[in-house]
Amino acid sequence: MSSIYKKKDFVSDQQVKWCPGCGDYAILSSVQQSMAKIGVAPHNIAVVSGIGCSSRFPYYMGTYGLHSIHGRAPAFATGLKIQNPDLSLWVITGDGDGLSIGANHLAHLIRRNVDLNLILFNNEIYGLTKGQYSPTSSKGLKTKSSPYGSIDRPFHPADFIMGSGSTYFARTIDTDPKHMSEVFMDSNEHKGSSIIEVYQNCVIFNDKVHDEYTNRATRDDASIRVVHGEKLLFGKDMDKGLILDGLELKVVSHNHNDILVHDKHNKVLASLLCAKNPHLPVAIGTIYEAKSVAAYEEDVKYQIEEAKKNTMSVQDLLESGNTWNV
Amino acid sequence: MHSVKNIVIRFSGDSGDGMQLTGSQFSNTSAFMGNDLSTFPDFPAEIRAPQGTVAGVSGFQVNFGSTEISTPGDAPDVLVAMNPAALKANLSDLKKGAIVILNIDTFTGLNFKKAGYDQNPLDTHLLDDFMIIKANISSQTKDALEEVDLDTKLKLRCKNFYALGMTYFMYSRDLEPTEKWIAQKFKGKDNVIKANITALNAGYNFADTIEAFGDRYVVQKATIEKGHYRQINGNTALSWGFINAADKAGVNLYLGSYPITPASDILHELSKHKNFGVKTFQAEDEIAAISSAIGASFGGALAMTTSSGPGVALKSEALNLAMMLELPLVVVDVQRGGPSTGLPTKTEQSDLNMAMHGRNGESPIIVLAAKKPSDCFHMAYEASRLTLEHMTPVMLLTDGFIANGSEPWKIPNLESDYKKIKTQLVDPKNYEDKTYLPYLRKSETLVRSWAIPGMENLMHRVGGLEKEENTGNVSYDPMNHQRMVDIRQKKVELVANNIPLQEIEGDKSGDILIVSWGGTYGATHQAVSELRSEGKNVSLMHLNYINPMPKNTGEILNSFKKIIVCELNKGQMRDLLSSKFDHHFDSYTKVQGKPFQIRELKGMVDFKLEEMS
Repeated sequence: MSSIYKKKDFVSDQQVKWCPGCGDYAILSSVQQSMAKIGVAPHNIAVVSGIGCSSRFPYYMGTYGLHSIHGRAPAFATGLKIQNPDLSLWVITGDGDGLSIGANHLAHLIRRNVDLNLILFNNEIYGLTKGQYSPTSSKGLKTKSSPYGSIDRPFHPADFIMGSGSTYFARTIDTDPKHMSEVFMDSNEHKGSSIIEVYQNCVIFNDKVHDEYTNRATRDDASIRVVHGEKLLFGKDMDKGLILDGLELKVVSHNHNDILVHDKHNKVLASLLCAKNPHLPVAIGTIYEAKSVAAYEEDVKYQIEEAKKNTMSVQDLLESGNTWNV
Repeated sequence: MHSVKNIVIRFSGDSGDGMQLTGSQFSNTSAFMGNDLSTFPDFPAEIRAPQGTVAGVSGFQVNFGSTEISTPGDAPDVLVAMNPAALKANLSDLKKGAIVILNIDTFTGLNFKKAGYDQNPLDTHLLDDFMIIKANISSQTKDALEEVDLDTKLKLRCKNFYALGMTYFMYSRDLEPTEKWIAQKFKGKDNVIKANITALNAGYNFADTIEAFGDRYVVQKATIEKGHYRQINGNTALSWGFINAADKAGVNLYLGSYPITPASDILHELSKHKNFGVKTFQAEDEIAAISSAIGASFGGALAMTTSSGPGVALKSEALNLAMMLELPLVVVDVQRGGPSTGLPTKTEQSDLNMAMHGRNGESPIIVLAAKKPSDCFHMAYEASRLTLEHMTPVMLLTDGFIANGSEPWKIPNLESDYKKIKTQLVDPKNYEDKTYLPYLRKSETLVRSWAIPGMENLMHRVGGLEKEENTGNVSYDPMNHQRMVDIRQKKVELVANNIPLQEIEGDKSGDILIVSWGGTYGATHQAVSELRSEGKNVSLMHLNYINPMPKNTGEILNSFKKIIVCELNKGQMRDLLSSKFDHHFDSYTKVQGKPFQIRELKGMVDFKLEEMS
């Protein structure tokens, strides 16, 4: 697919103001890179966000943008998509915005399956309010609001997203721009709510939170790149693989006969790959995609087109039913 | 036969007894027969509270007459009580000497207990002031339907039509409109049609046979402006008003809403009209409802959200964003009794302060109020016109009383009565070689333009952070903030150039000016016109445009010695007027979940006049 657009066509004239070293820069750049490759004109794209560091994103895009209120971006996006179903719609949120104040809206967006791409920046901390524990922070994390360690049990976003009936879930990492671009382009192909969790690093308040999956020494053993149709192999030398052992996944040697092949349409496999388990690598890539679930706005459009076969005028409506003359 | 000017009749029974339907049939028939009328349903918040208890009583009041009728009436002349609880719930509201029709079949031991009576009220002196008619409504309905092939339970369901038939005889109503309605409603179910029509006639004949009524009454036709009429309630009128406005503006209508009493019927009504391109979205909560509407407005729709007090409170942050973005949006608040969950099915006007001030920061929006059920149609158009022309959110206040109340409505001619609405949509062609400035304003109105995603050349970003003048880019500059706050305020003030001047009923100056707003119009209008016909020096100023107010408001206020602001709250409009005009305002208020009665307003004015003399 060739596109007439370049990355700069998706860049606004505003200065980007995230902290030096913030993972958001790489995500912004990858989104712009992906859009140039996807080839939808900037005027047919809208980026909607809530509140938080990540939610400043729309100001930096050369597209239409709406920086809304805390946690409600999915609801704004739903209304915009219903009104304007031909738009390419991107929602930007974070672990605080999307899973705390806005968890309700995220669940309902996913349930309805509105066609858009939602990027959830997960850095397991509140950044813009300067360092409080978030709903994805690990238990015991010491922050300004948890000096003795957080006693909250964290959300595992994948469980929340899959549990809401997601039709598309992928995960990627801010240190791998190439993989991010691949995932964004793949998610854009999906008709429905594509949810992408990005492991994003907050250099100021929760530095190295995803270190296990990003540093060279540990990342290959701690994570697995899942690719539809390919064997589930991982490790520095691709020497390990996953098999099904009873009702769970198990790590075995790569030459085991029963190494599983990734099937992104298999919900059971997806849920096993999503499960938080210290003995298993974390799945990176497109973990799940449901086949042929109608997008919400398509059903809206269909009902209206059907109803429009009735050509009554507004005046006819006023005259309908019981009326009388004086 | 007696001829009377007007009659107030209240049908009352268990919430499953079909009293709403009985009342609306009585109203429709009376409208067909040329009476003016006004109705008000009064039902409990519980859907089916325990049968036979006062909590489960549902009522429907109709005031019909040969003169102008502007309220459902102060006190019933007639009560139809289907059980002891209905009697208990309504007795204190009745006029002395009122006719009380009792379904005597239900006046038995257990039902007295459920209603909270120690003994049969008929054996006491409680009913001495009234004319009691005992009718075996249940058993006679069953007997009349002996020939009809239906089970006993279904037969008993027809008893409301038996009661209706009795009142039709008393007030010389035609049976035909109701018989036609029954045949239409139950098409295909011949037994049900036959049963209901038989019950209606049986009740009519029973009333004819017994001589308990003494005289029959006739209510002559009212003198009503010629035209084509229909019955309409406020919520339906409002829904249709927005459909008309969207049509006149050439944009599609979007409603984001979450169910809440007493506003849900707007969501129900608009959901039926997808044929006009209306997009309705039942959101997961109040905040999502308004947020989705703002998203749709950003996308070029005439967007609205509908709710009542508790829901509007939840919407305030998003409404503030719409004010900041300067996007069109209508928020409809069908007010109910507050605070908190309050009295969901009762009426009040206590959300005015919230509409005016219920947001953080300096956040002026346009505030309007509808004055009676049919006026909701026109005010929906006005709210849409002003939000689209001025790129500023509008809060439209109605209330449970006018939302559910109904009245005859002269159907407007939409072609001639309503102008096209001109939106602020921009033409992308004008920006092929120049930069689009989303917050550049027209000098005379300070209104910005409306560019929607999908339009070429006009890409821009909007958000809740303070904006730089013209460009809309984020700005923390102190003087820019001052300018932007001033501009947003001035923009709303300038809306005064685009609304009608304030009208006044009665003399342009004098002793007493009654000021009212919103759904109390029926009562204040009727009270003032009766007082004036008694030769008293009283005028009425009823406000539909609250923020900004019409330009001549101050001039009117200065022409009266005493101004009394009447409202169903603790004086919120009085406070608003006091903050704007250098004048003393008396306040007459009530917060009982009930509308004003004409007699209480008249009594209050008489008292004030006496004080002044």
